[in-house]
Amino acid sequence: MAAATEAAIDRPDRDWRPHLAGIIRVLPVFIVLIGIIVWIAILNPRFIEPAQFLNFLRRSAPLIILAGGQLFVIVTGGFDLSQGSLVTLTVLVGALLAFGDPANTWWVILLLYGFGLLVGIFNGAVTSYLRVPSFITTLGMLLTLKGVALLATGGAPRGALPENFRAFGRAFIEDVPLVGRLPWAVLVLLVVGSLLVFLFHFTQLGKQALAVGDNQHAARLSGINVPLVRIAAFTVSSLCAVTAGIMLGGFSGVSLNVGDGLELEAISAVVLGGAALLGGRGNMPAALAGALTLQALFTLLNFLGLPSPIRVAVQGTIIIGAVGFAAWRAARSGQEREV
Amino acid sequence: MSLATRTATARSRTRRLRVPAIWLLLLAIFLIAWLLVSLFGRGDFASASNVNNIVERATALGIVAIGQTFAILVASIDLSVAYLISVTAVMASFIMQGDPAKVPLAILVVAAIGAGVGLINGLLVTKARINPLIATLGVGLILRGLLNASFQNFTGSVPASFQFLAYGRIGPVPVPVIIFGGLALFASVLLARTRFGAHVYAVGGNRNAARLSGIRDHRIIIGAHVITSLTAVVTGLYLASRLRSGAPWIGSDGVYDLESIAAVVVGGTVLSGGRGGVLGTVAGVLIFAVLDTMFNQLGVDSYLKQVLRGLIIITAVAIYAARSREVVG
Repeated sequence: MAAATEAAIDRPDRDWRPHLAGIIRVLPVFIVLIGIIVWIAILNPRFIEPAQFLNFLRRSAPLIILAGGQLFVIVTGGFDLSQGSLVTLTVLVGALLAFGDPANTWWVILLLYGFGLLVGIFNGAVTSYLRVPSFITTLGMLLTLKGVALLATGGAPRGALPENFRAFGRAFIEDVPLVGRLPWAVLVLLVVGSLLVFLFHFTQLGKQALAVGDNQHAARLSGINVPLVRIAAFTVSSLCAVTAGIMLGGFSGVSLNVGDGLELEAISAVVLGGAALLGGRGNMPAALAGALTLQALFTLLNFLGLPSPIRVAVQGTIIIGAVGFAAWRAARSGQEREV
Repeated sequence: MSLATRTATARSRTRRLRVPAIWLLLLAIFLIAWLLVSLFGRGDFASASNVNNIVERATALGIVAIGQTFAILVASIDLSVAYLISVTAVMASFIMQGDPAKVPLAILVVAAIGAGVGLINGLLVTKARINPLIATLGVGLILRGLLNASFQNFTGSVPASFQFLAYGRIGPVPVPVIIFGGLALFASVLLARTRFGAHVYAVGGNRNAARLSGIRDHRIIIGAHVITSLTAVVTGLYLASRLRSGAPWIGSDGVYDLESIAAVVVGGTVLSGGRGGVLGTVAGVLIFAVLDTMFNQLGVDSYLKQVLRGLIIITAVAIYAARSREVVG
């Protein structure tokens, strides 16, 4: 340490430590992710072969997309608990409307996105203009959407998703060089993931969302349209939920509880990715990696042969541990804010 | 103490004990329900037996919602109650095995579990500085995992004498109503009349100011969490008594975590802490129960009921927010 300090004094223009510190702040989730993947690979070397690994990415895609949407809401200082129910509604109502006819797929998808847009606008508008805490708005929305989905279908899955609808979740492109079979879901993940990173880190919207979450009064005074930013954040989250629903419908078929609990998994993933829960801080690649880490963890526990209830307990321990670690680090570096 | 401060103190005391406006809303909803059921439904909505029915329906949620009020008043929250309710019901009926002699032991064990869970929640929130939503979500997941790994179905049974808790009557009044009312009264006196209660409001209103004025904020928050967990234990015992046995899904099936939070907020306690009270929560729970009973007697589809319930929660909180000037996230 002393040597490093002297070196820095000798050549102040080449002090690399701030940069390194900046990288380390973002890194933990990636280190954990790589650690878990290496562990899985030791247990099952085939896991890192292209075919198996792409399959793993395909299974993770819906949660990763949900986490990306959730991050937008969390950095503005809110929560979106309605994501899981919107996933369920997308699958159930999609199957009901399409009724197994491939000709229906495109207008059904368009309609579902339109509905997602309305849900996002509603969540954002109620939170902004009626000043209902987002926890309650989206909790009410969770109950409402699940009720609407069950009401529409009469409480049992009806209809079916046509093959070209399900393709997003389960079809492959054959004979791709290097990797062999490339799942559509991974392509969708790449496109949506890049879009989310672009929106969050390279547009006004991302910066403004962070500003609103950090201090909404300051944000308003500096000319940001706070309600509009909130509405946009909830809309991104809802559109991500519809996307995840379309993929899950293809992947696992039509069932009444396809989306149950996904909103909490998405929040856990975002937290693993190091976002501050009361807003103002977040990093999109880290949040997406958080979701992948959570999914890798489930896979690892599976390989270790643990019964699925124990997996749930481990998930609980991990999210407490991750947030506790972040809180401890923040306290050590003298920041008196909760994470 | 000058006259001015004394009247101010007196006023703040009465303000906390004053009947919140939510009770007027409850009355209005009850009257509307009565009218609708008389016109379109079956039975007499305002009959003594029906009112009893409504209160009994509210008991399970009401008891845990009283506890949730404490967690939310100190600006925390408890998402672990649903699984603690399941753990309590299963453990109690597992230990009792239908034997009346084992009832005290079972109650002691589940109370200890509850106090332990509350203590852990409180320590995670205060000492480890973990966001309460994540801390209690994590603890809930751990409880759920351990419970589901050990029990898959209805386990053990409670003795007939223990069912007095759910089905007994003292005079004309059902025992659950007495427990619910007694706990509500006890909790509101605790909040309005004791030093602990005053500190709960102080810590929830402004934690830094409370700490700087000498309040041990960590102890207050931990105490609030222990109270929340203990009310979940009482709800668990009540449900075990009512169902005659405990199953690992009864807590999560009742959505007691999110519904108790909704009831507290509909009852006028703000999520950011420091304002509200138990009487509002009781009214919030009763509103849910009145609406539930009304929908049943009108023969409303159960899924439509869920939609309406979601919209009602949002609307009720929006009405509150419109009356205050708070800016919320």
